[in-house]
Amino acid sequence: MQWETVIGLEIHAQLATQSKIFSGSATTFGADANTQASLVDLAMPGTLPVLNKTAVEMALKFGLAIDAELGMTNIFARKNYFYPDLPKGYQTSQMDDPVVGKGHLDITLEDGTVKRIGITRAHLEEDAGKSLHEDFHGMSGIDLNRAGTPLLEIVSEPDIRSAKEAVAYVKAIHALVRYLGICDGNMAEGSLRCDCNVSVRPKGQAEFGTRAEIKNVNSFRFIEKAINHEVQRQIELIEDGGKVVQETRLYDPNKDQTRSMRSKEEANDYRYFPCPDLLPVVLDPATIEQLRGELPELPPQKCARFQSAYGLSAYDASVLSASRELADYFEAVNQVCNDAKLAANWVMGELSSLLNKDNLDIEQSPVSAAQLGGMLLRIQDNTISGKIAKMVFEAMAAGEGDADQIIESKGLKQVTDSGAIESMLDDVLAANAEQVQQYRDSDEAKRGKMFGFFVGQAMRASKGKANPQQVNELLKKKLEG
Amino acid sequence: MDLHTLTLRQIGDGLRDKQFSAEELTRTLLARIKQQNSRTNAFITVTGESALEQARAADARRANGENGALLGAPIAHKDLFCTQGVRTSCGSKMLDNFIAPYNATAVEKLANAGCVSLGKTNMDEFAMGSSNASSYYGAVHNPWQLDCIPGGSSGGSAAAIAARMVPAATGTDTGGSIRQPAALCGLTGLKPTYGRVSRWGMVAYASSLDQGGPMARDAYDCALLLGAMAGFDPKDSTCVDQPVDDYLAQLDQPLKGLKIGLPKEYFGGGLDSRIGTATHAAVAELEKLGASVKEISLPNLQHAIAAYYVIAPAEASSNLSRFDGVRYGHRCDNPSDLSDLYKRSRSEGFGSEVKRRIMVGTYALSAGYYDAYYIKAQQIRRLIKNDFIAAFKEVDVIMGPTTPNPAWALGAKGNDPVAEYLEDIYTITANLAGLPGISMPAGFVDGLPVGVQLLAPYFQEGRLLNIAHQYQQVTDWHLQAPTGF
Amino acid sequence: MALQRTDVEKIAHLARLGLGEEELASTTETLNNILGLIDAMQAVDTTGIEPLAHPLEATQRLREDVVSEQNQRDAYQAIAPAVEQGLYLVPKVID
Repeated sequence: MQWETVIGLEIHAQLATQSKIFSGSATTFGADANTQASLVDLAMPGTLPVLNKTAVEMALKFGLAIDAELGMTNIFARKNYFYPDLPKGYQTSQMDDPVVGKGHLDITLEDGTVKRIGITRAHLEEDAGKSLHEDFHGMSGIDLNRAGTPLLEIVSEPDIRSAKEAVAYVKAIHALVRYLGICDGNMAEGSLRCDCNVSVRPKGQAEFGTRAEIKNVNSFRFIEKAINHEVQRQIELIEDGGKVVQETRLYDPNKDQTRSMRSKEEANDYRYFPCPDLLPVVLDPATIEQLRGELPELPPQKCARFQSAYGLSAYDASVLSASRELADYFEAVNQVCNDAKLAANWVMGELSSLLNKDNLDIEQSPVSAAQLGGMLLRIQDNTISGKIAKMVFEAMAAGEGDADQIIESKGLKQVTDSGAIESMLDDVLAANAEQVQQYRDSDEAKRGKMFGFFVGQAMRASKGKANPQQVNELLKKKLEG
Repeated sequence: MDLHTLTLRQIGDGLRDKQFSAEELTRTLLARIKQQNSRTNAFITVTGESALEQARAADARRANGENGALLGAPIAHKDLFCTQGVRTSCGSKMLDNFIAPYNATAVEKLANAGCVSLGKTNMDEFAMGSSNASSYYGAVHNPWQLDCIPGGSSGGSAAAIAARMVPAATGTDTGGSIRQPAALCGLTGLKPTYGRVSRWGMVAYASSLDQGGPMARDAYDCALLLGAMAGFDPKDSTCVDQPVDDYLAQLDQPLKGLKIGLPKEYFGGGLDSRIGTATHAAVAELEKLGASVKEISLPNLQHAIAAYYVIAPAEASSNLSRFDGVRYGHRCDNPSDLSDLYKRSRSEGFGSEVKRRIMVGTYALSAGYYDAYYIKAQQIRRLIKNDFIAAFKEVDVIMGPTTPNPAWALGAKGNDPVAEYLEDIYTITANLAGLPGISMPAGFVDGLPVGVQLLAPYFQEGRLLNIAHQYQQVTDWHLQAPTGF
Repeated sequence: MALQRTDVEKIAHLARLGLGEEELASTTETLNNILGLIDAMQAVDTTGIEPLAHPLEATQRLREDVVSEQNQRDAYQAIAPAVEQGLYLVPKVID
């Protein structure tokens, strides 16, 4: 039987506010346990929440960016359940009237096609604390530093049809929240977390199959693996005559498998009701317009502009616009050298491999955009060849200075004086008289292959500095001569 | 001079005129509490040392030329206002070991005004009750008749004032918990407009109904205390950012032209006719002062108890989930697993009425019942509010009995919570609609005090205090003291 | 719709209240009495009436995003039943 996968994602993005959503505690990651847990975060009796303005504005920016209906009157509700990392015994969240309603996001698939993914809603809520499972005489330890950190829960429609699409969607959300400056996107620290609702159905069937929810998958690679594993598990289960049960599962990256979460097994009855300690949040249209005006250029617009203004290919434009920092870097390089294609090649080529090799973000690049742009200018004015440029780039990466300094101090300036090149070629040919004779005796086809040998010898003799074009021309003349 | 008989106003005058010091007054009252508390059980905690410190600080401020009306005035706090460093028990075993790590805003404001806190008063557990019988610390006895209940849930505050242990105290009112014990103990008590007094630091029972307010012997003292308690607090989202009226300045306004509405539903079956008579007598006094009277109708009154006993327990069931034995409060011995920790800590820590209301609320919010109970109750809540809006188009204030019956004998309602719930009939509508209400002494039935209630439009606490004050200029019910106290 | 004992067990579990055998029986009876009182409101016609959650119908005030709290762990944990290394201890949490 042919199976179709249906996926919907719930992404929790921690909003990059200074303070928590309902209290004045700091949200800094990695502080000592419970040192960022105030009276409100600890749910001390008599304490009350007051909503963080920036958290609301960040949610609205997201809503504007996905072209969503905004909840002009949005309401906080209590989701009641007992868990030790949930100090109040309820999570303050949004249910019926979220801050962001229906919207959409376009993703680019590997084959270059664009697919529109529906976003059902995005709502504000508070994060829970953490249970630490190190053994304290058979007990668990509870750290409430994270409790009350603002979250935007972004719920997609079940529009996603493969693990690869899911990854593309999460990457697009990741890029978007970073573009908007509302989330640092650090998945290792849990700033962006993903729950995957996965089901399968026979191809052509209209109804959805029973879904399982895989909780807290925290890297792009694991999202793909977890979904693929879960799809396989469900197909095998059904084909063996079994039934998928609706449940919450946990992905174990070490074993590359999902398993049922015992603690979530019992059917929950969350008893949502409007939080009586918080009043309806009524949005002011003027605030919305102001936020709209503050929105940065977003990935789709940037991608389009890179193609139209710089003549980049769709692929290059989408790679370079995938992150705001990368796009900014590329544009800064281009600002200096004024050759977008050259800049794009270097940013996506040498620079990317350098960063990948050392596992660095673009903001940590040892070569600044000004430095790279400056070096590209030297390629353009023939001071150095592309090959020499790679040496210069490596030297810049090693912190040896700007391109001009390196070219100067290492004497890498390209030789373009034809007299000097000719005398150097004469030496090369003289030292390889036997090969010269062979060349001259050979037919056209064989000569082509041998020509490269002489170029190589010549470039080595010039330590790579001779202008390759001139070397080619003059060498040809001398050999044919 | 018998210092324990003085009102806040008289105390302010005496301190100003240096007839006695705050320290002297505090020592006198602490001694009186020591002597009388065993008879009433009004106090859960007496904070003698810190009271004397505060009194000396107030004396020092007076010596430095300060002359605030409440500077050095002794009060007590209902034991659900958080008081830093002092046990805040809510009348519950659950919080018997809870030393609050911070002050409630109302506590802070009164301290800043110079009030000296003598201690924490008894109450129905988590403010759930009308008799003060559900306290973990035992029932409170009504000073007017010791085998009767003082009312609740602010029963300890009421008994403490009636027994002349303290001239005034804070209370909270979720369904009548200030007004009903004030009525049953012969006191004046005011529930402000929802949002007038900050709820920060008041342990929540039902968040959309709870409101702190003053209890004292007369309206003047309530005006003094409310003026200091009320006001905007950025820490409470539901607290209203609106200036506090000068309540004292309004007290002397004449009542001429005042239009009083008498809801016919307040005088129907279930009302002790003697309280009805007392209420009509009070109305007649106000007429003599220039008020006119009109019969009105609040047709949805009859549904108020049902709506209230859905909304309040629903909110309570969620508010009380934080008591889980993890961060503070009672924790069972040697929990075997998480579920055991929760279930045993909570069933040991909560008394039976609290458990009942948590269960009613849990049920009302549960899947399949939410619409039939919670939403329905919220719709009725709007109908009740609409009744008041319509009524206040015709009249300035609404008047009626505070309670259908005088204080009942301890244990008389047995194990029937419903019988006790019905006693809230006249008071809970003000909470559902968020309106201010005052209860003032208006007579006696079988030697027990009874009260009348006035309700006003939002933020017209000043008008209520004005009317009560004018009434108290021509009557002396509020001046009566229980025999033996 | 009177509650059965099993309903009460379920509600008690949701509310994490451990009720003994005797308590279960008496609670079932009392809850049914209370629900009897409450159920009177089913007779009220509330068609088209907007539910009222907050008496004043005010709107939420927003707080500036400023860190105003300092670390007070020691003071706050002084009243905790079980702490170690700054953590609150609970019986093992199983995911």
